[in-house]
Amino acid sequence: MSEHAAAAHPRLQHHFDSLEQQKEASVLGMWTFLVTEIMFFGGLFLVYTVYRVMYPDSFAVASRELNIFLGLINTIVLIGSSFTMAMGVHSAALGRKRGTALWLIVTALLGLVFLGVKVGEYQEKFEHHLVPGTHFAPDHIPVEHHRGAEAYFSLYFAMTGLHATHMIIGIPMLLWLAAMAYRGRFSRAYSTPVEMFGLYWHFVDIIWIFLFPLLYLIDPSRHH
Amino acid sequence: MSSTATAPSAAPAVPPREHYLNVNFGVKSWLLTTDHKRIALLYLATITVMFALGGAFAVAIRLELLTPPGDFVQSETYNKLFTMHGVIMVFFFLIPSVPAVLGNFLLPLMLGAKDLAFPRLNLASWYIFVVGAAFTVWAILTGGLDTGWTFYAPYSTVASNSNVVAAGLGIFITGFSSILTGVNFIVTTHKMRAPGLTWFRLPLFVWAHYATSIIMILGTPVIAVTVLMVAVERIAHLGFFDPRLGGDPILFQHLFWFYSHPAVYIMILPSMGVISELVACFSRKRVFGYSFVAMSSLAIAIIGFFVWGHHMFVSGQSTYAGMVFSFLSYLVAIPSAIKVFNWTATLYKGSVAWDTPMLYAFGFIGLFTIGGLTGLFLAALGLDVHVHDTYFVVAHFHYIMVGGVLMGYLGGLHFWWPKITGRMYNEGLAKLAALIIFVGFNLTFFPQFILGYLGMPRRYHMYPEEFQVLNVMSSAGASILGIGYLIPLLYLTWSMRYGRIAPANPWGARGLEWQVPSPPTTYNFDQVPHVQEEAYDYATARKEPAHV
Repeated sequence: MSEHAAAAHPRLQHHFDSLEQQKEASVLGMWTFLVTEIMFFGGLFLVYTVYRVMYPDSFAVASRELNIFLGLINTIVLIGSSFTMAMGVHSAALGRKRGTALWLIVTALLGLVFLGVKVGEYQEKFEHHLVPGTHFAPDHIPVEHHRGAEAYFSLYFAMTGLHATHMIIGIPMLLWLAAMAYRGRFSRAYSTPVEMFGLYWHFVDIIWIFLFPLLYLIDPSRHH
Repeated sequence: MSSTATAPSAAPAVPPREHYLNVNFGVKSWLLTTDHKRIALLYLATITVMFALGGAFAVAIRLELLTPPGDFVQSETYNKLFTMHGVIMVFFFLIPSVPAVLGNFLLPLMLGAKDLAFPRLNLASWYIFVVGAAFTVWAILTGGLDTGWTFYAPYSTVASNSNVVAAGLGIFITGFSSILTGVNFIVTTHKMRAPGLTWFRLPLFVWAHYATSIIMILGTPVIAVTVLMVAVERIAHLGFFDPRLGGDPILFQHLFWFYSHPAVYIMILPSMGVISELVACFSRKRVFGYSFVAMSSLAIAIIGFFVWGHHMFVSGQSTYAGMVFSFLSYLVAIPSAIKVFNWTATLYKGSVAWDTPMLYAFGFIGLFTIGGLTGLFLAALGLDVHVHDTYFVVAHFHYIMVGGVLMGYLGGLHFWWPKITGRMYNEGLAKLAALIIFVGFNLTFFPQFILGYLGMPRRYHMYPEEFQVLNVMSSAGASILGIGYLIPLLYLTWSMRYGRIAPANPWGARGLEWQVPSPPTTYNFDQVPHVQEEAYDYATARKEPAHV
């Protein structure tokens, strides 16, 4: 067994020979998991593609109901949170306890801001009867676009909802990692969990980078 | 090992050798274990229960089809019976069967590793599986599911009054168990190989599981999100597949088969890996064309993602798409044929032994060949229109799923049973059971080819009288098959306590898993093995005696 006891790092699990091997496994595992995430969202992106080709005009018309300004704010907030996350990873790799915890908490706060804005946007859609189903009654949208608009809003809620779910899962993990960092669980030799979570957070960010233009910016006549 | 384990009566003072089964006891030591070998046994118990459940539905189906009129159950009940048989067998038995039990147990042993890369994730995947299974069983107990295992929209999203959401949620959850297993296997194969164990020295079982894992991680998320869309459309009336909400039902079929055709390879590839091990061991030869067999697994995994449209030849997809899918479906037959030819070539001039696992291997090769060749009938655009949705299709995929996957699973279970439990089973009974299963299987499903070709559609609970003889044959075969499955359940269970103590390498097989005692210790290897030989190096090996 790996009882090179003197040399073994407390974070080294029994079935690995070295911290290096353990980290390589974690990195490969995380990237593999992110591949599955891409396929997971991929199903929705495919549906989006098919229906946008089916209803190009209705999609453009329906997208006018979204608030580009709020979407832009959220994009900036989320990119900002990717920056603070990167700083958290950097800080953890240098073995800084407080710095790491602080960056991670700021990241979580930015995530909450994003979700807050999203809640506001959803509420507006509810009030305007833009939620598909029995109460779908988009007054400003011409009748001939209703079917396409319903498909559009179905995808809007599914895609942003799935994205938001990923953030809702991520924020408690961020806080947990911050607590771990503050207690000195990470060091120069071992900060893999922070780094792996960073990959996840950047992935969630990138999904939004695709969602924002595909949902908010598809109407060419809207630039004034 | 045997110095302590085989002579306990001579020296009672010597404690029995410690291994993964007796290192500690109690429910907690099992439910919180991170040992891949114990998790494999947890899966074994779970999927055996699910197999019995799925089998019970099959019994009801065959009872109904004994007579032409619908006299045993009503048509609504029958819809639920075949749906639940399919859902349970596909998602809760066939997909986890070989990878979650044998793969879990063997992958680290074959790689010379102490465990999978992520042991806790491995345990989590079992819990996720159990939760998913519980949801599905709950759906069954509270009214069942009648959409067919295919969940076709818009029936599943709009019309069906059965428990689509609960069952779908069960499948959604179980999918993550599959994904996590796939991630674990891929990382383990990349990062946990023993020194000297290069990629082309890996057992073909490992190659097969690696290819399977690729399908698991690329395909399963798509079915997960597809089932999610069905559920959201049912609950919240978001429009994905319902035409009234702007959706397209054919799109559901594309998404569904994008996973569910490759899922066939999730089921069959690991069994193919088992067969490679069996054929090599019981022919005492290196597998003919090792690298071709290894690469054919990857080829199946990759090409398998581009053939899904052959399920949709009559769905209204474009003829040109149908032609492309037909061509690609013929293409995917090539790597499968490579395997069959190479196994056969391995037998040539081999020193072939007829032990029980090898009987299953022979069964696999023959039945898979029939199943595969009838698959080519179905890949042909014109012929498929004639036999689409008939019993010909049912017979075809049962030859692959039962004749292939299950034969490989049972063969592998018998082959590695001494390693898993440290006990030998009764060889005579085992051979008898293998024979009964083979006969029962063919009697059940071969008549269905004829039924289908004559035009009997699937998924109906009544049929014209001229089909009765063949249906009675099929039902009779099913009862023989049922007895065949019961026998191993009994003697394998019995052997766990009373079977002869197994040596480390009862078959004289090659491979790292046979170099450790039976059963292995918790950490598998006391010292990290250094691999210096190619896989299946039977040319230089002699049948080793009972001691190591």
